[in-house]
Amino acid sequence: MIRIGWAVLAGAAGLAILALGLEAAGYDSSSALTALWNGAFGSWYAFTSATLVRSVPLILIGLGIAIAFRAGVFNIGAEGQFYAGAIAATWVGLHVAGRPAALAIAMVLSASVLAGAAWVAVPVWLKLRFGVIEVISTLLLNFVAESLVSLLVQGPLQEPTGIYPQSDAIAEAARLPLLAAGRLHAGFLLACAGALVLWYLFSRTVWGFRLRAVGLGPRAAEVSGQIDSPRMGAVALLCSGCLAGLAGGVEVSGVSYALFQNLSPGYGFTGIAVALLGGLHPLGVLLSGIFMGALEAGAGAMQRDAGVPSVAVYVVEAVIIMVVLLATTPKGGWIPVRVIRRIRPAAPKAHR
Amino acid sequence: MDPVVLVTGFLAAAVRVTTPLLFAATGETLSERSGVINLGIEGTMLAGALAAALGASEWGPWGGLIAALVAGMVTAGVFALLAIGARADQIITGTAITLAAIGLTGTVYRRAFGAAGAGLSIPTFPPLRIPGLASIPVLGPALFEQPFPTYLALAGLPVVWWVLFRTRLGLALRATGEAGAMARAIGVRTRLMRAGATVAGGGFAGLGGATLVLAQVGTFTERMTAGRGYLAIAIVVLGRWHPLGVALAAFVFGLATAMQFLFQALGTRVPYQLFLMLPYLLTLLALAGAVGRVRAPGDLGR
Repeated sequence: MIRIGWAVLAGAAGLAILALGLEAAGYDSSSALTALWNGAFGSWYAFTSATLVRSVPLILIGLGIAIAFRAGVFNIGAEGQFYAGAIAATWVGLHVAGRPAALAIAMVLSASVLAGAAWVAVPVWLKLRFGVIEVISTLLLNFVAESLVSLLVQGPLQEPTGIYPQSDAIAEAARLPLLAAGRLHAGFLLACAGALVLWYLFSRTVWGFRLRAVGLGPRAAEVSGQIDSPRMGAVALLCSGCLAGLAGGVEVSGVSYALFQNLSPGYGFTGIAVALLGGLHPLGVLLSGIFMGALEAGAGAMQRDAGVPSVAVYVVEAVIIMVVLLATTPKGGWIPVRVIRRIRPAAPKAHR
Repeated sequence: MDPVVLVTGFLAAAVRVTTPLLFAATGETLSERSGVINLGIEGTMLAGALAAALGASEWGPWGGLIAALVAGMVTAGVFALLAIGARADQIITGTAITLAAIGLTGTVYRRAFGAAGAGLSIPTFPPLRIPGLASIPVLGPALFEQPFPTYLALAGLPVVWWVLFRTRLGLALRATGEAGAMARAIGVRTRLMRAGATVAGGGFAGLGGATLVLAQVGTFTERMTAGRGYLAIAIVVLGRWHPLGVALAAFVFGLATAMQFLFQALGTRVPYQLFLMLPYLLTLLALAGAVGRVRAPGDLGR
């Protein structure tokens, strides 16, 4: 209950700061916030086709980041893994015309999952083999992924006329079915299912227990539970990459139907806010993902209707992250404090 | 093309792109030596870049430089307040600071210059020729015909080295980073030390952002730092937390980035995106080779 209270407070603090900032910058904050509300919840169409559609990648990425944080490893490269998944999904999606839809979609989504895992496998390998901290390596690979997308949409994957820097539209068969009138696609169900599965894994299985044990204290987990902490961390990072890759695949197969630059408006970083606001709890992540989806969908409306730049929501996200973090820091509740110990290269300290 | 002209141009370009990295990495060296890993340095550079643009259009390039210094220190001050004052997790705080900086700079920039950002002309630093030295063939024009911020970055290095390794303050700072508890036991005010190093480091990062605007691009664009702050953190690891090593690592990066100009000049038809990836891939490779043989400050990140 206390956690939910903090999460609500964090959301409110973020919005309050936004209102104050807008007022200070000379915008009409009440009309801006009205536009934000209407863009997110103003109508059934806005809620399903803007908010929920936007929340799908955030939930998937947020779940992945929650796995990593729970295991005490950082994945700040979800943005890159998202792009890897999107690239793979596009490539497969361009080659599955004429196949049954179920098969085509399964192929597209599994390709994106594999690509996301492959993208994070590099940092995992660097960490296990050379002790390179994953914070830096996952971050750096984001920029490589962005350049790779740029390269592909102006080269091998560019649409046939060669005019626009984007890929051709993927085959009809590879597109996720829409759930209702509007733009809400089956990916939302996938995200909900993912949250439920993860909740079960975390709270009802030995695997979930081990993962959390490693996050809370890797040494203790090794000594008292005979758990292989580095291996558990690696598995968590890989799962995290799978989910971020899946988010990229779902975005291509359910929303954009094509690959282009800036396909992600920073989902990878918003996903961190989603995971923290959700208390690293899968069902919490589901709710906070919808909240952030509403915020971003509303921000788009705010830019259109009130002329407020939509990037302003990043400030809200940052405030939310910090409020949640500060609320939980003294007891080390949500974030395993011991994560930090891993930052250092594994040079054993001599006891004097 | 004349090879001498080509090599000179290549080296000059390398020095130019090294400068912002050098500023940021020098600053991060200071804060990491005190035990603070500041991932917010990316956002700090961005804040510095916008402050430089706004300051320069108001008071000229010097005003821009000072505005960037102040903006960098303020941004790092917020980080210090949260991560050192309130003991929030440094990695996540740094990410949040960068996120906030992206949002704030984007909003302020559009508020100040309109959505298109057109008509933004900023007075910049012209190349400053150092008489005599600039006449040295090849190296002269590359090293001694640069805008003022480059010389400032080069001058900052020995100062940081001297402070870190030749003063009592530096000794206390390094002790804080290596073993905070022991430093505290002998009377060092460790949190003040960390906050000070972080804020000073933020000043350097702000200057790095200013260099981008005032000595390279000549304008501000959203997210213009493009991960240079993160590269700086990697450079600090590669430079083994020592100012001179850091300078060397930064210059290697400058060379890698400047390759794209060289290849363009040679007329090679290699996709330019490959060169955009190069510094990041190179960093990963170098990290794999370097880590394990280097040792971070003992209390880094605590």
